Amino acid sequence: MSGAVDSQSTRSPWLTWRGLKVLFRDRPIIPLLVLLGILVLLSELARPGIVSADWASVMIRAAVPLAILAGCQTLTMLTGGIDLSVGAVASMAGFLVATLVGGQGLVVAIAVALAAAALTGLVTGIGVGVFRVHPLIMTLGMGLVVLGLANVWQLQMVQTGSGVAPELRTLGSDRMYGILPYSLLLYVPVAVVILLGLRRFGYGRLLYAIGDNPIAARLSGTRGWQVLVALYIISAVLAAIAGFLISGLTNVASVTLADSLVLPSVAAAVIGGTSILGGRGGYGGTIIGALILTITSSLLTSLGLPEAVRQILFGSIIVFVAAAYTRVTSDA
Amino acid sequence: MSAATNAVDRSRVGPVDALLAWGGRNAWAVGLLGFLVVLLAFTKTIQPSYGASAIQGLAISVLPLALATVAQAIVVISGGIDLSIGSIMALTSVVAASQMKGQGEEFGVAVVLAVLLLGILIGAINGSLVVLTRVPDIVVTLAMSFVWAGCALLVLKSPGGGSSDWLKELIKGPLVSEWVPRAAVVLIIVVALVWIPLRRVRLGLSIYAIGSDRLAAFRSGVSVGRTKVIAYALMGLFAALGGISLTASTGIGTPVPGPYTLLSVAAVVLGGVSLAGGRGGVFGPIVAVVILQLIRTDMTFLSVDPNLAVVAQGLILIGVVMVGSLIQLRRSRT
Repeated sequence: MSGAVDSQSTRSPWLTWRGLKVLFRDRPIIPLLVLLGILVLLSELARPGIVSADWASVMIRAAVPLAILAGCQTLTMLTGGIDLSVGAVASMAGFLVATLVGGQGLVVAIAVALAAAALTGLVTGIGVGVFRVHPLIMTLGMGLVVLGLANVWQLQMVQTGSGVAPELRTLGSDRMYGILPYSLLLYVPVAVVILLGLRRFGYGRLLYAIGDNPIAARLSGTRGWQVLVALYIISAVLAAIAGFLISGLTNVASVTLADSLVLPSVAAAVIGGTSILGGRGGYGGTIIGALILTITSSLLTSLGLPEAVRQILFGSIIVFVAAAYTRVTSDA
Repeated sequence: MSAATNAVDRSRVGPVDALLAWGGRNAWAVGLLGFLVVLLAFTKTIQPSYGASAIQGLAISVLPLALATVAQAIVVISGGIDLSIGSIMALTSVVAASQMKGQGEEFGVAVVLAVLLLGILIGAINGSLVVLTRVPDIVVTLAMSFVWAGCALLVLKSPGGGSSDWLKELIKGPLVSEWVPRAAVVLIIVVALVWIPLRRVRLGLSIYAIGSDRLAAFRSGVSVGRTKVIAYALMGLFAALGGISLTASTGIGTPVPGPYTLLSVAAVVLGGVSLAGGRGGVFGPIVAVVILQLIRTDMTFLSVDPNLAVVAQGLILIGVVMVGSLIQLRRSRT
């Protein structure tokens, strides 16, 4: 995509302001990494001595579920969509496993939860792809459906009781040798598949094509509805995986567990440089975006600021980064 | 689009023709109204005691969401979307509640006016950020939802404050006949006072124009940026009215945003406003809000599990929009 412009940036000396701008435009991940570095520095300044390997692993552990959910947003946003049902699906998946694990065993419980998520994604995908319902509305509606059904399930399950499986607790919150979060064992393959899938495989390119120009994509032979149905199934399954990790991390299983992560997941993808209008972005930036958001909120907490001020700063930072990003990437 | 034809055929037609023409343009809203009547009749059959006092309760309970939906409709018509409406309502509600507590009735009037101005200011800030940063509306307002919710928490840490008595009385009970709830009258007057004059002036047309096609609007001399900021300011005004109605109906202010943001998006779409902008009005969305609330009431009467009622709400949302887009697809094919 940036191939043609690349040759230009190598010609112009990037130490000049203009060259720097071109560099940032072609490699948007660089300013994000700079911002991440600044945040780490600020964390160290706020509480000297806090930045350590231990701190880093805690941050990564907290960022992994957000990064997965932000992956759902990245993939759907590339096609010009959005997935607001990730919160409900993730919570539902975590809750299903917690209620089923006692009677059916972990494998069956996880299989059931993944199947339920995939079914949700299938319905969403058919709505968006075949019936052309706006993704915002479709996923909003499916979110309500999933939440309601999960609540019904909860009432059924009151007698049997529930608990987060110890295996999931290990996966979500424990660390190998006290430093390497087990969740990375699950996340790294997921991230690699998404990254490679978007860059190297035809399916990933189709997502960009549909988001960039749906008519051109259709005219060049893409069956848009099949791509979208597959996309929303993938998104729901990813959300379910995030749900397992969240329930393991917090040791809680509730039908609204992941709701508070929906808006941050959109924000992480946006900060990471994925355009909500479709066709532009990638998962690499999103991972950095999720880390930035996690470190920002932990930094704001460690400053001892009240919740109100934290929220205000959090929102302002998102607007500021998104604005700076648009400015840098829009024109040279 | 439709606004342009309005301006032309409004001249020199009889009232019947005008009504028919309005019905033709607002077929979706008229259909919703018909559905509402059927739904009311259905409610009456399953719950024969459903009467005037229940209608009053219905009007009070839909008031905040109805105002939020009008706010959302204006922004969506202008081609944007605002995901911070719930937070703005929480902020305006706590400001009103914290200032009115223990104060005189006259002071309450001043507070209400000040809060409305605050709403306009907040909306204008959202709109200006969208215009100046060139970041998509949905991202800016999503981020601002954190900011306004944080401000609400700054004003009041926990639910509290109070409301002037006249404000509470304003939406409580009936007016003239017991079948005419005050809350509904307030809603209609407020919306009519702002919306109907707006539709008749250049500004209203501009709002539709920038939602329909930014570039075409710009080339026909519409100041796109300014119009957008004004649309957001109007959104802020209605969101503030929604916040005040929350204070009036509960008597306190709650610093936690309610579910109004996403419900308002849903109601706007059900009400026949296109998320792509430039099409629809505020009348359909208000009817949609009433229908949604009435369906929930009916489900309670039928003693359906309230959780299944949530499922039904989602399915109705999807189903109606599916039908709507199927009609669109049919039309575009012929």
